[in-house]
Amino acid sequence: MELESSTKEQIEKMIGDNEVFLFMKGNPDFPMCGFSSVASAILKKTGVEFGHCNVLDDNNIREGIKTFSNWPTIPQLYIKNEFVGGCDIMKEMAESGELLELLNTKGIKTEVS
Amino acid sequence: MPIEQKKLEDLIKDKFPNSTITIEDLAGDNDHYSVQIESDIFNGLSRIQQHQLVYKSLDGLMDKELHAMQLKTKGTK
Repeated sequence: MELESSTKEQIEKMIGDNEVFLFMKGNPDFPMCGFSSVASAILKKTGVEFGHCNVLDDNNIREGIKTFSNWPTIPQLYIKNEFVGGCDIMKEMAESGELLELLNTKGIKTEVS
Repeated sequence: MPIEQKKLEDLIKDKFPNSTITIEDLAGDNDHYSVQIESDIFNGLSRIQQHQLVYKSLDGLMDKELHAMQLKTKGTK
């Protein structure tokens, strides 16, 4: 699918304005999908502030982000403009400690609860 | 939209020969799978690249036919 330039700009603005950004279904307090729920719970646990976009509210973003990241599923995590991965990768990284390490390396404040 | 486990397995085996593939039907509904692939194809690739390779080989199956696939990939060294 072609990515419309307006959608691309919207996505670039979201991941540019937020050091940590999650594309998800629902929101961190009311996730609408098990995978999005796991993803936001992982981020909450690190104590980082993160922005999010509920892709269910905007079909252009929902389809556009898949093309943008070359990744077919939601959720998708971006840290400092860089695509980190989906739920499975986040889980692996959280378990191994790599996620905290990455956040710290990027100078993002964490506070593990 | 579900896909039979055998079909999914054949698809992956076809694209990733000489690999160790473990597939589990998590919910028993042919729609939520856990897939683990260990293959030398993944050597030297980042996790994202490994997963992208799998998604690509499934050729748009995700989201169209398959609702959920837990994916774990590993190189052989």
